[in-house]
Amino acid sequence: MKLHSLTAHQILDLYKSKQASSEEVLKDVLSRIGAVDSRVRAYVRLSNQKSAGEGSAAIPIAIKDNMCTQGEEITCSSKILKGFHPPYDAGVIERIKQNGGRILGFANMDEFAFGSSTENSCYGPTYNPWDLTCVPGGSSGGSAASVAADEAVWALGSDTGGSIRQPASFCGVVGLKPTYGRVSRYGLIAFASSLDQIGPLTKDVTDCALLMNIIAGYDDRDSTSVNVPVPDYTKALINDVHGIKIGVPKEAFAEGLDSQVSQAVEAAIEQLKKLGAVVKEVSLPHTPYAVATYYIVATAEASSNLARFDGVRYGLRQLSANVRKTPVIDMYEETRAKGLGDEAKRRIMLGTYVLSSGYYDAYYLRGQKVRTLIKQDLDGAFKDCDVILTPTAPTTAFKVGEKASDPLSMYLSDVYTIPANLAGVPSISVPCGFSKEGLPIGLQLMGKAFDEEMLLRVCFSYEQNTPWHTKKPNL
Amino acid sequence: MITKEDVKYIAALARMHVAEDKLEGLTKNLTDIVGYVEQLQKLDLKDIKPTSHAVPLTDALRQDIVKPSLSNEKALSIAPEAKDGYFKVPLVIE
Repeated sequence: MKLHSLTAHQILDLYKSKQASSEEVLKDVLSRIGAVDSRVRAYVRLSNQKSAGEGSAAIPIAIKDNMCTQGEEITCSSKILKGFHPPYDAGVIERIKQNGGRILGFANMDEFAFGSSTENSCYGPTYNPWDLTCVPGGSSGGSAASVAADEAVWALGSDTGGSIRQPASFCGVVGLKPTYGRVSRYGLIAFASSLDQIGPLTKDVTDCALLMNIIAGYDDRDSTSVNVPVPDYTKALINDVHGIKIGVPKEAFAEGLDSQVSQAVEAAIEQLKKLGAVVKEVSLPHTPYAVATYYIVATAEASSNLARFDGVRYGLRQLSANVRKTPVIDMYEETRAKGLGDEAKRRIMLGTYVLSSGYYDAYYLRGQKVRTLIKQDLDGAFKDCDVILTPTAPTTAFKVGEKASDPLSMYLSDVYTIPANLAGVPSISVPCGFSKEGLPIGLQLMGKAFDEEMLLRVCFSYEQNTPWHTKKPNL
Repeated sequence: MITKEDVKYIAALARMHVAEDKLEGLTKNLTDIVGYVEQLQKLDLKDIKPTSHAVPLTDALRQDIVKPSLSNEKALSIAPEAKDGYFKVPLVIE
């Protein structure tokens, strides 16, 4: 039996019936990593953890390289954090360990989560398990690829503008960005603090609910964590969508949407109707402005968050050979010039610009106001429907290198995923078909704040009635 | 329109040295992206309040109880340079 190809809930069943041990599962997944990761390159490094994990939840997991883990090197796939050994565990890492989870290793990402392809990594790109000439999406591309390639049973990613959902879509796995405040950000190396959220990447919807049960909950060390009760998410796995109201924004099927993606999503809508859901058209008139809004708000926050990488307290320090300003300022400037990659530099510069004196009102304040309009659009739509359905991404996975020289076209691949981050609502991507080239297509649902259960219920019903989640790439 | 001089000024604000041969590319990238976000100027935003956080947040207060925190030794153990219990940096002022 190939244990690595199983879902977490299948493995838990084997533990219960004593048909497999956590040691056997770990050994099998590690040998899978040994067999395929030289081609996929999902991991940037394997964990030092020795035990196989204990207890009923001893499931081998991949962690995005931006969550602080004691005793390990964590770098955000950036040269500026090479050699950084966090002296504490992130909130989610504590929860994984408390549940007996076994951390396999740390998954590749776009540097500081700046990107949609995992090409902006100081370790080089990760490759899509469905077609090794394509990107896995990003920024949690390593996490998504590790799950798709059976190199991890499940994984954690982080999502600021689509960084869990878009790679889930490109790799044919399930990815959930929880409601802002649902999962602790303590120890998540920050990109944009008002948008970042950690979430699961899994082989099916049941596993998504199980991993949410482990990571969701209040943490007083994250001042934006929200103290509301955590449900048992597996109770939401109900194969019934009768009467559930699904809103489809007319703006979603606009120019730039690939025809194969459009067809697959339309077929999924028909399927959900057949299963008893009520589908209605809604309008989100300000969503076409979401990408522009995001690149103001997110880069402004990033420029502020990344100011801490200055060579003083941890990470790289680069001294200047000659004095330009003062020795300490030269050290800051040289450290950041040497340690940060091109996309990180672009985003820090853009964020600094929109916050700078004379431009703040024209850009940053304006961006925050359009954010209000986008949130109001969603709030209005949710008065009439339980979930909002769109494609996850406008295309299937693109070729490695295809968009590398055009940052703006890369940004547009997040057009459907960004509104959920701006509004703080939960959003999930599930597989809904394949292109004729054999690349996965994803369907995105957005839900009301703290109603992850509705997303899980609709996706579980869809999954139980479709074959997509059972397909595996040939590696 | 962003000029090379603007890029130099922003880079100084961001404490990031930009090599001469990178200036032109960055200037073009930033001009393109700022040009794209210009579309927001079309919207009438009179009376619209800005959103800084999607979830309405009030001050997050906690009990004033002393708890263990990161020790001086642990914090300095990962520093590029430390001396006498402090982070050490290059000369700040003469």
